[in-house]
Amino acid sequence: MAEIVLDKVTKRYPDGALAVSDMDIEIADGEFVILVGPSGCGKSTALNMIAGLEDISSGELRIDGQRANEKAPKDRDIAMVFQSYALYPHMSVRENMAFPLRLAKVDDATVKQKVEEAAEILDLTQHLDRRPSNLSGGQRQRVAMGRAIVRSPKAFLMDEPLSNLDAKLRGQMRTSVSKLQKQLGTTTVYVTHDQTEAMTLGDRVVVLRGGIVQQIGSPQFLYDHPANLFVAGFIGSPSMNFVPATLEEGVLKSPLGTITLTDRVRRLAEAADAPREVVAGIRPEHFEDAALVEETHRASGATFTAPVDVLESMGAEKYAYFTVEEELATTAELQELAADAGATDVPGGGSTIVTRLSASSEAREGQQLQVWFDADRIQLFDPSSGRNLTYSG
Amino acid sequence: MSQTVTEAPATTEPRGGKAALSEGKKAERRLGLLLCAPAAIVMLAVTGYPIAYSIWLSLQRYDLRFPAERQFVGLDNYVAVLSNSYWWTAFGTTMFLTVVSVAIELVLGMALALIMHRTLVGRGLVRTVTLVPYGIVTVVAAFSWFYAWTPETGYLANALAGDGAPLTEQWPSLWIIILAEVWKTTPFMALLLMAGLALVPDDLLKAASMDGANAWQRFTKVMVPVMKPAILVALLFRTLDAFRIFDNIFVLTKGANDTSSVSMQTYNNLIKGLNLGIGSTMSVLIFITVALIAFVFIKVFGTAAPGSDQGGKR
Amino acid sequence: MAVTTGRKARWALIDVVVVVYALFPVLWIASLSFKTKETLADGNFIPREWTLQNYADIFATNEFIRPLINSLGIATIATLIAVVLGMMAAYAIARLDFPGKKALIGVSLLIAMFPQISLVTPLFNIESALGLFDTWPGLILPYITFALPLAIYTLSAFFREIPWELEKAAKMDGATPGQAFWRVIAPLAAPGVFTTAILVFIFCWNDFVFAISLTSTEASRTVPAALSFFTGTSQFEDPTGTISAAAVVITVPIVLFVLFFQRRIVAGLTSGAVKG
Ligand SMILES: Nc1ncnc2c1ncn2[C@@H]1O[C@H](COP(=O)(O)OP(=O)(O)O)[C@@H](O)[C@H]1O
Ligand SMILES: [Mg+2]
Repeated sequence: MAEIVLDKVTKRYPDGALAVSDMDIEIADGEFVILVGPSGCGKSTALNMIAGLEDISSGELRIDGQRANEKAPKDRDIAMVFQSYALYPHMSVRENMAFPLRLAKVDDATVKQKVEEAAEILDLTQHLDRRPSNLSGGQRQRVAMGRAIVRSPKAFLMDEPLSNLDAKLRGQMRTSVSKLQKQLGTTTVYVTHDQTEAMTLGDRVVVLRGGIVQQIGSPQFLYDHPANLFVAGFIGSPSMNFVPATLEEGVLKSPLGTITLTDRVRRLAEAADAPREVVAGIRPEHFEDAALVEETHRASGATFTAPVDVLESMGAEKYAYFTVEEELATTAELQELAADAGATDVPGGGSTIVTRLSASSEAREGQQLQVWFDADRIQLFDPSSGRNLTYSG
Repeated sequence: MSQTVTEAPATTEPRGGKAALSEGKKAERRLGLLLCAPAAIVMLAVTGYPIAYSIWLSLQRYDLRFPAERQFVGLDNYVAVLSNSYWWTAFGTTMFLTVVSVAIELVLGMALALIMHRTLVGRGLVRTVTLVPYGIVTVVAAFSWFYAWTPETGYLANALAGDGAPLTEQWPSLWIIILAEVWKTTPFMALLLMAGLALVPDDLLKAASMDGANAWQRFTKVMVPVMKPAILVALLFRTLDAFRIFDNIFVLTKGANDTSSVSMQTYNNLIKGLNLGIGSTMSVLIFITVALIAFVFIKVFGTAAPGSDQGGKR
Repeated sequence: MAVTTGRKARWALIDVVVVVYALFPVLWIASLSFKTKETLADGNFIPREWTLQNYADIFATNEFIRPLINSLGIATIATLIAVVLGMMAAYAIARLDFPGKKALIGVSLLIAMFPQISLVTPLFNIESALGLFDTWPGLILPYITFALPLAIYTLSAFFREIPWELEKAAKMDGATPGQAFWRVIAPLAAPGVFTTAILVFIFCWNDFVFAISLTSTEASRTVPAALSFFTGTSQFEDPTGTISAAAVVITVPIVLFVLFFQRRIVAGLTSGAVKG
């Protein structure tokens, strides 16, 4: 068990690339922390610095209160699970899992017992004498986990451990990783670029962008109170919709119509000294088919009417896509998010508004629909700095 | 390859570690140097010093039969060698052998590479058998050719050369030397070219045939351009290698009838003549020629120097 | 696409041509070695009378046995040393970050292309002065030198293929760098090392230039050099039969190597030259 503290940790690669800068994270004993961010944002680098596989350029890493910058990986007593699993191809599953114990000169009987315990937990008992090359992806992943847990290290580091699995298996393994961590109670730092994993797994999530920590908090907190445009766009699926808007006297003029802000939002914006030009963000789940909203409730929101472009019925809910006339908001952050997500899932970019409606909605593709949204859930961002103007954390 | 580690610019950092290399990095550098040192030392000791020494010797009159007459003569040896018709004959012969045998090898090697790459039957057999000439000691193969072309003993001499003794005449000898050289080294060429062939994506060839290219067009318009780097490397290797030709000539003709190569000349001056000054001069001249050939390949044809690729990415 | 018998037959024919091309000289010298003295000069490709006399003759004299021992000993020692040194350097090149890496690669490239004959004169003189002339070390040293570039290229190409994340994994599992190397990387590198050893051995076994320039007696003369000085059992006898027998003896092991390790040798020969 260990407490891990990163104190202004910075990594500059020999070629000059600044991969991580001034990272401050305090990870409590037994905590499950997720490092999340788009590819290339420095997650692996940060993890490798904790592991001791990369040097720390400046700043301090403390494990259990002691400076660990110069410690060799083997002296840190930390286990790591790699994206490629990094199983030793010339050893059987049993030998793979026993390897850390053998290096630690544990006696044979204990090794056997611990390996079998771990195999039991991970449901690998019948595969112990096979070679990694004869295992399926999911089994390999479990062997990698097994190798990490056998020696009961102070902490686990996992670098995108599920990203080589297919979607279904990934879902299953996500649950078992979470269970395993709770069962063992070992401090864990988990790297992923998948916001779903970030939301579902961790006690706390650290959002990284370009080597800089954007925000740290519980998944729910990040969802409810993103510190900036980037976090708002990254957390949540489908992503938050962003539209350019002008704010005047508590009234927001946007492509979705003119909206009177609620007192709460208005006060926050005023306190934050909001500029006239802002970016307004609304999550898909804060829209609803106006026909299904009770009269009493309607007043707390605003409505717009537009033709439904595409309607996806998921059974439990429906997603309706609309096109707005005007250009949607684009900022550096949003472009980066769009690039990271690829063409399929453009967060806020493009000119589509994504809304999530109740399954009972009678929306039809191609037909006009009146859509209501909750004005109290609107978040306003400064287009130049990306700062959340309605942040209330 | 990574540059030396640049220290992080002094940030406005009140505390925390300095940007110095950590133990790990320092240990890595030390280990790297330590691991390379023995190989580097051996290579430099056995080549670097003798090269320098040979340049020094080439500036002296130094004949082991008359050691007392050793003296510094500046570039006299170079003048002597470069104005000697034997040297130029040997140089011409070497050039001729190099150009002709490498050219033939390229054609045959390409054919062999295509066969090994595309044959439908017995691919393993062909590849294995092809390695036999590569593996065989050159001198052994040379003796085989020698006896084959010796009148009476040899089936080739009896069958093809009539009454003559081909290895006693200049031109027949040269062609036999080329034959021996080509036989021995074509497989190596073919293997290098085959590795290049493997880099030509099958889809590309399929696309080309969909576009209406016939076999020859696919070869010249698709394969050769894609393989060009591999071809150039193979040519560079083989040209430099062919230029040092020695074993085959030594066995086949002993350099008689103007079939001597520059390597043979150097050897004769050293071991037979015991003339270190002249021998060294020839060594230096050969070295310069080889360097020029390499330079032409790398700078003019843009051959990628093998091994100059990026070091292991971590 | 259905492969027709016609196409197969065509390829089979081409294969036969290749096989004949590759084996003709080898079979010819083997044939000579089995001919009796009387039929030696009959020019027949297949011996009319078979004999093992030539083999008996060469193994009856030191003229062949000594050089054979020299060849085996010198090539083996040179191979061992070159592979070990090459392995260390190749590991460093493929894996570690250190100043002077480029220079080392450049130097070995130079040496790989270097005309050996250029070294013969100075080495002859230096070795004479140091008492290394006509000794095993006198040949082993240049062999190591010229084998090293080959070893370094082939090995570093193999080493680059190794998934180095395994080394990181081993470190995380508590291994020292040494343990990570010996217990994880070395077992994976073994096939590459073996292939390199074969290539280097063939190179040393094949050398002629140094062998005839830096030796003068049976103390260190290797088979290729000795062959060219062969006189036969008596001074006046034609050595053709004995030379052929000796040639076959030193060819057989190489042919066997090649037969057994074809795939690896091809991989090794082509690894350094083409970037994958
Ligand atoms: N060994 C290295 N040398 C130089 N730059 C590197 C190295 N490794 C990673 N980088 C750079 O550092 C940044 C962060 O990389 P990484 O930590 O691997 O990102 P992530 O894991 O978040 O995808 C990237 O821009 C990457 O190009
Ligand atoms: Mg990564």
